[in-house]
Amino acid sequence: MADATAHIEQHDQPGFFTRWFCSTNHKDIGILYLWTAGIAGLISVIMTMYMRLELMEPGVQYMLLDGEPNGHVWNVMITGHGILMMFFVVIPALFGGFGNYFMPLHIGAPDMAFPRLNNLSYWLYVCGTSLALLSVFAPGGNGQTGSGVGWVLYAPLSTSEQGMSMDLAIFAVHVSGASSILGAINIIATFLNMRAPGMTLFKVPLFAWSIFVTAFLILLSLPVLAGAITMLLTDRNFGTTFFQPEGGGDPVLYQHLLWFFGHPEVYMLILPSFGIVSHVIATFSRKPIFGYLGMVFAIVSIGVLGFVVWAHHMYTVGMSLNAQAYFMLATMVIAVPTGIKIFSWIATMWGGSIEFRTPMLWAIGYIFLFTVGGVTGVMLAQAGADRVYHDTYFVVAHFHYVMSLGAVFGIFMGIYYWFPKMTGREIPEWAGKLHFWWMFIASNITFFPQHFLGLAGMPRRYIDYSAEFAGWNYVSSIGAFISFASFIFFIGLIFWSLAYGRRTVANPYGEGADTLEWTLPSPPPAHTFETLPDFRGKPASH
Amino acid sequence: MAGEKQHDFHIVDPSPWPVLAAIGTFVMLVGAVFWMHDVTPYAFFAGFAIVLYTMYVWWSDVIKEAHAGDHTPVVQIGLRYGVILFIISEVMFFVAWFWSFFKHAIFPPNANTETGEAGLIGPHVADGVWPPVGIETVDPWHLPVLNTLILLTSGAACTWAHHALMENDRKGLINGLLIAILLGMIFTAVQAYEYYEIVHLDWFQFAGNVYGANFFMATGFHGAHVIIGTLFLAVCLLRALRGHFGPKQHIGFEAAAWYWHFVDVVWIFLFAFIYVWAV
Repeated sequence: MADATAHIEQHDQPGFFTRWFCSTNHKDIGILYLWTAGIAGLISVIMTMYMRLELMEPGVQYMLLDGEPNGHVWNVMITGHGILMMFFVVIPALFGGFGNYFMPLHIGAPDMAFPRLNNLSYWLYVCGTSLALLSVFAPGGNGQTGSGVGWVLYAPLSTSEQGMSMDLAIFAVHVSGASSILGAINIIATFLNMRAPGMTLFKVPLFAWSIFVTAFLILLSLPVLAGAITMLLTDRNFGTTFFQPEGGGDPVLYQHLLWFFGHPEVYMLILPSFGIVSHVIATFSRKPIFGYLGMVFAIVSIGVLGFVVWAHHMYTVGMSLNAQAYFMLATMVIAVPTGIKIFSWIATMWGGSIEFRTPMLWAIGYIFLFTVGGVTGVMLAQAGADRVYHDTYFVVAHFHYVMSLGAVFGIFMGIYYWFPKMTGREIPEWAGKLHFWWMFIASNITFFPQHFLGLAGMPRRYIDYSAEFAGWNYVSSIGAFISFASFIFFIGLIFWSLAYGRRTVANPYGEGADTLEWTLPSPPPAHTFETLPDFRGKPASH
Repeated sequence: MAGEKQHDFHIVDPSPWPVLAAIGTFVMLVGAVFWMHDVTPYAFFAGFAIVLYTMYVWWSDVIKEAHAGDHTPVVQIGLRYGVILFIISEVMFFVAWFWSFFKHAIFPPNANTETGEAGLIGPHVADGVWPPVGIETVDPWHLPVLNTLILLTSGAACTWAHHALMENDRKGLINGLLIAILLGMIFTAVQAYEYYEIVHLDWFQFAGNVYGANFFMATGFHGAHVIIGTLFLAVCLLRALRGHFGPKQHIGFEAAAWYWHFVDVVWIFLFAFIYVWAV
């Protein structure tokens, strides 16, 4: 970023504090989001390393208290990993980081609609992250610190966990939700009101569309979560009985409210990466995206369907058969628009002059792994079969294929694709490709065996397992350590490239990269499009 | 600046308020946790004071920018989008409370609230009654219907003020706002009296039974929105008295009016379902 600073200081020279703490510039705020999400991601990944170390062999070797197995530490780790990844890593990186930086550029807007509010979103995100980390160290359940209730915060575990830790976690989620809602309002207003002249809705590039739909998911689902966790808060502290059967309440209600948010949530995580894949595939195939309109409507219908399938996360709570049949059918319908996206990406590559640059490798890896996760998703959607898979490692494998190898691969793809644009420097090709293959192979070693473990009946969320699961757990842990090493390599690579990377040009990718950001210098000046680009009478880019 | 801007959008200057607001929020929430765990209430109030201060200086800046001409027609459209989207998110917040209410009212659990014995739950055991045994509900045709009329009349007065403003009738604007605010305050007072009566005569309590939890949280959050809306209108009144707002440029007033109508509509749903339908 040092170079970007120098570049902009030639023009209006804001001080360090003004630029990074009082920012009203969508690009700077996007950069801040990416750095903070990176730090939160590192913390979250370190937690998983501790967990995988513990799971490497049967028995409890590392998480001990006075020589006895200490399940509380395990529970805190798994809760912290989930909350950080769900609320403080993936959405801030994709939606906050890339969304802030590139959505206005894609539609030809000079900034966001509410630049100050944009900064409030960022700082509330920092506030939420701080509360979440504080929660790990605050007095919690079992006379120890932290709370171990899982990221879903299910009642009655979350209403009975003692100490301040749980309340801090609830507030962390509240604040993160407020931050995301304000960001969503900003994105929607920008998208609707600030498109350049002639940039009609169906000329807007797919990444901007995906961010727009994501913003609607956030706007409509996060307030419901806020209500649900407020009920948790009053149940914990003020004696209400929303989720306490002895007072007429119902813990299953919490699951409904949580998943009414939670299912749109997973689409908030994945949709922006769909947008990035579309750009990368089109750029490196030197072809416009196949079936643009179908792609737009696929994103929109995934967004709409995301709201009506939530109870497939809770087939085993005792719902009526009719409800299970409905949620099963509705869930499988989502495979249709997702299939449209997958096949349109393949059709875009078909007959294109494909160039296997680093972002393209990530995109192809993404399509492959996301499809694997999608197929296990269809398996899990069967209410009957889910009786077997529910709460096993099969579910863990499934959602890590779509989230970790999907959404997180999307973050890496976005970084490799846009790093030259954001910083004016290039990441060496060989290093990026090495990182890709390293991580691709290692993360598959980590997560693929978890399918076998789940089918064999290993339950999730436990510190220990019986000896017959030892083999694949050992493999999975080894894979996790190798992928952590690749992550460390990536961090080093980023710092090296920031300092010594080769200087790049406005468009390092050639004619395939035809969206608006590639018409700007790398890095772009602080204020872009002071004269708005005119799209009247011109065709769309992708 | 690199060049002169050639468009009507508002490029906002850097501002220290967002980071200050986030610091205030952090102190306030950690303070709330301290307070709930009987450590100290002061941290909460310190944080709350920072948040209030930030609101004041931030929105003062917005008003200054409006007077400086930054709110061009296209920026005004953007601000309207912002307000509508904020109200949509508020609607979804109330969805959570209505969800809880309808779940319990349609599938009442068969818990015995007298003995505190837990009941079976789920769709197959919907043999409980709603309202639960031992709950005495509020008569909707007593204070609640009066309050409904008060709030709707307040909404009408607000619309009167809006039309007066658009026709540059300053007196009508101020009178309409005054009436809207006064009726809003009367609504809050009546609601407070009703709460007092419920708790004092022990019809039901906030804690211990889900009926009271649903009732007080849903109407309570509505009440909080009424108070916020009343303050919002009061700020508009102060601004109107100082000569702010024009017949064609009054986003602040419009936002307050929309917010006030949203509060009205939520109340109609609360009245129709919690007070009338579920007794």
